Amino acid sequence: MPDATEVLVIGGGSTGTGLVRDLARRGIDATLVESGTLASGTTGRMHGLLHSGARYAVSDPESARECISENAILRDIAGHCIEPTGGLFVKRPEDSESYFDDKVTACRDCDIPVEVLSGEDARSIEPALDPSVERAIAVPDAAIDPFRLCVANAVDAENHGARIETHAEVVDLKVEDGAVVGAVIAQDPKSGDTETASDSARETILADHVVNAAGAWAGQIAGLADIEVAVRPSKGAMTVLNSRPVDTVINRCRPKGDADIVVPHETTAILGTTDVEVADPDAYAEAQWEVDLLIEELSELVPGIRDARTVRSYWGVRPLYEPPETGTDDPSDITRNYFVLDHKSRDDTAGLTTIVGGKLTTYRLMAEAVGDHVCDKLGIDARSDTASAPLPGSEHPGDIEAAMDRFGLRSPIARRSAERLGSRTEDVLAKVDPNPVVCNCEAVTRAEIQDAIEGTGPDLNAIRIRTRASMGNCQGGRCGHRLAAELHPTFDEPTAREALDELREERWKGQRHALWGVQLSQAMLNDAHFRTTLNEDRDPARTGESVDWAAFDDGSGGKPVDTKRGGGRGD
Amino acid sequence: MDRAANRSTPNGVVAVGIEDDVFIVGGGIAGMTAALAAAEAGASARLATKKQSTLRQASGLADVLGYVNGDLVVDPFEKIQTLPAEHPYSIVGESAIRAGLARFDRVTGDTYRGSHTDRNALVPTHGGTVKPTARYPESVAAGLGSDDRDMLLAGFDGLVDFDAPAAAAHLEATGVPFDTRGVTVTFPLDFEPDAKKTRFAHALDIDEGDVRGRLADRIAKVHENEPRIGLPAVLGTDEHRRIRTELANTLDADVFEVPTGPPSLPGIRLEGVYLSALRDAGVEIVRNEVVDFERSGKRITSVTVDRNGQRIPHAASSFVLATGGLVGTGLISDREAVREPVFDCHIQVPEDREDWYERDLYGEQPYAKFGVSVDEQLRPQTVGGEPEFENLRAAGSVLGGFDFPASGSGTGISLATGSLAGRLAGEEAT
Repeated sequence: MPDATEVLVIGGGSTGTGLVRDLARRGIDATLVESGTLASGTTGRMHGLLHSGARYAVSDPESARECISENAILRDIAGHCIEPTGGLFVKRPEDSESYFDDKVTACRDCDIPVEVLSGEDARSIEPALDPSVERAIAVPDAAIDPFRLCVANAVDAENHGARIETHAEVVDLKVEDGAVVGAVIAQDPKSGDTETASDSARETILADHVVNAAGAWAGQIAGLADIEVAVRPSKGAMTVLNSRPVDTVINRCRPKGDADIVVPHETTAILGTTDVEVADPDAYAEAQWEVDLLIEELSELVPGIRDARTVRSYWGVRPLYEPPETGTDDPSDITRNYFVLDHKSRDDTAGLTTIVGGKLTTYRLMAEAVGDHVCDKLGIDARSDTASAPLPGSEHPGDIEAAMDRFGLRSPIARRSAERLGSRTEDVLAKVDPNPVVCNCEAVTRAEIQDAIEGTGPDLNAIRIRTRASMGNCQGGRCGHRLAAELHPTFDEPTAREALDELREERWKGQRHALWGVQLSQAMLNDAHFRTTLNEDRDPARTGESVDWAAFDDGSGGKPVDTKRGGGRGD
Repeated sequence: MDRAANRSTPNGVVAVGIEDDVFIVGGGIAGMTAALAAAEAGASARLATKKQSTLRQASGLADVLGYVNGDLVVDPFEKIQTLPAEHPYSIVGESAIRAGLARFDRVTGDTYRGSHTDRNALVPTHGGTVKPTARYPESVAAGLGSDDRDMLLAGFDGLVDFDAPAAAAHLEATGVPFDTRGVTVTFPLDFEPDAKKTRFAHALDIDEGDVRGRLADRIAKVHENEPRIGLPAVLGTDEHRRIRTELANTLDADVFEVPTGPPSLPGIRLEGVYLSALRDAGVEIVRNEVVDFERSGKRITSVTVDRNGQRIPHAASSFVLATGGLVGTGLISDREAVREPVFDCHIQVPEDREDWYERDLYGEQPYAKFGVSVDEQLRPQTVGGEPEFENLRAAGSVLGGFDFPASGSGTGISLATGSLAGRLAGEEAT
């Protein structure tokens, strides 16, 4: 018997998790399927900026107005995911005066609160700014943790009866009589739900309505029902520094261009970005020139970036979309608006809606719009409350300080935990004693890891995004095997080992774009730890190689033992 | 043996210099080995080291050759002939490798094992597999994978680097010829959540709060007569023999250590053993960074160390470069190039940074082989194949042409090239 749900949401990024939460809170039976981990697509591969809207104020006032409105809402409902850093749009001598003035006017027209600063005043806020910066506009930008945001949405959805399936790939859409009636899902064994990746791991989920929220992959999903959705995927590079040369989001004040933003994020800063259209969101070049460009260009705003330590680079793919026949050439000119595509009216296929375009800052609004659309389709009269209902972890922002006092959580480690966990701090930390630090770089303790394991199963990359473990300087060099050990004995040893190998692979993927300076030395140190001290690369358990144990030194025939039973074989 | 000499620096400042026969830059196992070899050759030797040794990062095992082309090596000496010509082992030859190991055995005495055979031993790792090594601390000797006695692994709650139940299950999966069981016991003392291994070791060293006896009691409660018990390698720094003996006596089983990640107690102990050997050999140690050098034609005449902002010249007849590789900052890099920062010796790297690495994490990483290339006397060579300096030799991980993590050969290279470089430098200088 196939499973049935009212609404099936495809895609576990910000839009999909936001939507499944929106639907669940309206009392609708909803299921979300995601082929990887939550936020493993575009959402987790952006620069973590909560837009004030200032970036779009001149070119796209409508988007700008949505941004500033959602910016305020998210500060209320998702405070534990947001660091209110503020932002500056800074102008160098060669940047246009008139554009700067237009930006100020446009922001005010969009109700974005701004303040114009002299170069000197800007440097008093951010001393690391280049001396040549002439003027700046202060705007309410902020840093947002997209992982924490998606997880909080998913948890709230589950709390309201939704089902969330990760490592569940849609391999087909079921179409009957010109209507989409469900999807065929292939479960990866990592989900922990299935024993093997055999045919039995295929599942059909029937749904009254299916929402395609697969972002850059939305075209592929629609294609399963022979519908064309011409997503224009555009890649952008991001480079992660190991420190925060600035505590404010720094934007370059110019019309458009690559390499124009620095977002401070936890202990790091993220440099962004580039904008290059790609044919396939799964296969594109990760080019060295993009990394070099980010460092060179952004050093003009913040000179310290030139010699800062970079820990990794990563690329994300924007799910850009414009209606057919618009014909924009340059991907940076394609609108950042979102589109709700009703495939009944558009393609004469009922039962399917696609949401494309948009951006993280407006994810909630997009989810609400799709939720309204779906309710309309299903004839359900229920209103969205996501603009006012706080996410798990942000329910009692005022309580965190009090809870930290009550728990004696005054150490820097506990403070980091509390920042990540928000109002869940007490519940999570109280469960584990002793509670040692597992990831030293990011000060993540066993309690947080165990809490994440409960939510994710044996997937260290999913645990990583929930906790930040392995996201610091050493990129999991010291903590990777510890994280794997935390999976045991809840999961068996081979499962833990495979999870470790996947984490290693994922960490290496970004790190290999940062192999110079201290990070190259770090890579060599990690090599030594993984391949020499831990010997993971030639581990007989992994290679399946049979070892001729008797051929090796067994300790007998050596020097006499120095203690009663100190060493060697006593016989 | 110091000879004070008045020296005139180019900027006209007259400084009182210190002069030795051999000056070694770098305090890792290669530099310390070179200093001992130079002293044995009758030279006065001085060694500069700028910070904590990388021995603290290493497991404390002395690998010679564990893998060739990915294949597990039983006897390193049977495989050395198969290595490429640019490999340091090929350059120095088997006799130098044996001389290096013999020096290691003399220095470490009864604190290390494995010298009775050319064959590698398979030592349990803290992740739960085994790794091949030529020499191992006496404290790990009872844990070898080829010993067929059953094993209990015991970890400490709160010491996250070694999870004994997970490691035991993993060890079983490697096919070891014995049964393994893993348990976690609560360490008798409460530490900070991010307590380092050295904190555990210190508590055991001073028997803080009767920790040794209490720990033994806790292990005894879960011990089921396995003839050997493995614990994380935190069993003391100075008192490690006594601690192990006490535990063994109480538990009536052999007690061994499983080497862990940094900070590594076996590595710290090995450093201690070497420092006392250096002291006995009369080697002077300068705990400052070498920041500059002077040359006369193709010869280095002196190096300058920075002592709290003061520049102190040290003259010598011969010099040994043993600053380590990328890990030990013997090699530094930026987005364009890799440099050897002390004498600016030539380092050949691919022009395009994308060719510095392989996409596969466990591939043969090109960056792992970065380093100086040397002639048969271990003198670093220029791009044209000429010696950079007539009186400079290089040893250890600063050498290029080998991938120590992939081949399991780091310590062996340091011992072989350190011994040869130190001996040649000493002979040249005296």
